[in-house]
Amino acid sequence: MPKIKYIDEKGTERDVEVPAGWSVMEGAVKNLIPGIDADCGGACACATCHVYVDSAWLEKLPPKQDMEETMLDFAQDVESNSRLSCQITVTTELDGMVVRTPKTQH
Amino acid sequence: MLQRIVIIGAGQAAAQAVATLRAEGYAGAIAMVGDEPYAPYQRPPLSKAYLMGTLERARLFLKPDSFYRESDCELILGVAVRAIDRKARSVLLSDGRTLPYSMLLLATGTRVRRIKCPGAVLAGIHYLRSIEDVDGLNAVFQKGKRLAVVGGGYIGLEVAAVAVKHGLDVTVFEAMDRVMARAVSKPVSDFFEQAHRAAGVKLLLNTGVDAFEGAGQLKSVKAGANHFPADIALVGIGVVPNVELAKEAGLACEDGIVVDQNCATADPAIFAAGDCTWHVGREGIPLRLESVQNAIDQAKHAAYAMAGKPKTYSEVPWFWSDQYDLKLQIAGLARADDQIVVRGDPTSRKFAAFHLRDGAVAAVEAVNAPSEYLVGRKLIAAGSHVAPEHLADLSVPMKSFA
Repeated sequence: MPKIKYIDEKGTERDVEVPAGWSVMEGAVKNLIPGIDADCGGACACATCHVYVDSAWLEKLPPKQDMEETMLDFAQDVESNSRLSCQITVTTELDGMVVRTPKTQH
Repeated sequence: MLQRIVIIGAGQAAAQAVATLRAEGYAGAIAMVGDEPYAPYQRPPLSKAYLMGTLERARLFLKPDSFYRESDCELILGVAVRAIDRKARSVLLSDGRTLPYSMLLLATGTRVRRIKCPGAVLAGIHYLRSIEDVDGLNAVFQKGKRLAVVGGGYIGLEVAAVAVKHGLDVTVFEAMDRVMARAVSKPVSDFFEQAHRAAGVKLLLNTGVDAFEGAGQLKSVKAGANHFPADIALVGIGVVPNVELAKEAGLACEDGIVVDQNCATADPAIFAAGDCTWHVGREGIPLRLESVQNAIDQAKHAAYAMAGKPKTYSEVPWFWSDQYDLKLQIAGLARADDQIVVRGDPTSRKFAAFHLRDGAVAAVEAVNAPSEYLVGRKLIAAGSHVAPEHLADLSVPMKSFA
């Protein structure tokens, strides 16, 4: 099962196994990773699952769809490596990916 | 002295309340009682990805089991609450147990409204509220079957969208003159009506269902003088709040359990959150909301109050629906006499309907238009005035209004 490393704003690292096919958001929520609210449960409707993807992994991800791009536009503290974690599907190619969670989702 | 919060209900609000209670430092015991055999799960995907078969059951659950262990929350599942004894501060459970509480959170939610007409108990008639409902529907959801959808609201239309994709022959019966009439304005209703027709759904407006016909098994749906052959019916005509426990315990109820802006009832030990509450909205008008947003935000506010740190609930309501490739996002509460400003061309499958009230943005209904939705939400929260001609002008970017 692919492993994803979640690093919170204080620098605490958590490595968890996330089944391929699940989203990075689900991997966080199902493993009690703090810093991801995901109020809408992954419908790309709330922009509360914002993460920063480690630059080494960014290019391995499929590009953002319009909906994600725009929802992110209005999230807090957006950077060039910002993504909505509900829109990133975990695959075996993403084994080892590192994402950082922001200070706040609201 | 006993310190135990009992949560009646095990849905979105219940799960959120546990998280917020612990985050706010509540250190007493927590017990959650739910009559379904499952820990809290998401209901929105039931009529979408779960019915579609693209989301397996394990992914529906809001929290992992470890969350309840780590939160020291006792899950009492598959057990109903029979009564609340406010004097003794205890609840009577269907398994005969009595559970004392120091504080009680009513997160009882809603149940589907049953249709009352001849033949309503025939086999083949389905409702959609729970995992079991969808599993039952999935078992008969086969290509070529004729599906009668009764009610052109969110649930009915979401199911219709999934059903045509599965190759079912779908007819929607809507008693009103447009779809989703309770939820959206006419331009948005008209757009979704066309989208469903284009996808192959037969849509009958101003058409109430008078009877289900068949001997044991559904064979047809009677509407007016017509009989429409049907193998399956899905009834989505709304929900009713579960207020009976509260009412029997002497708590005030309207179309929901009456709470104030801290989600408190008149009993200082009892709070309520989510679909089941009758609360004062941010516009000062009492109402009941059926939404994930309200469940989450009211649960947070109930938890703040129960942890001794009350805050006033005045969040802008938001909703969403997914049908085909269309994402409908709504913020605010529309009223019939609002001025409606349409931004974008519905035929482009990307547009929004803004509702202006006394010049201020009161609500927005956005189809595949997240900027309009997100900026709209901010404008509503701030009570901002925007010139209708600017709002309608696509050359004026949404960001310039924020």
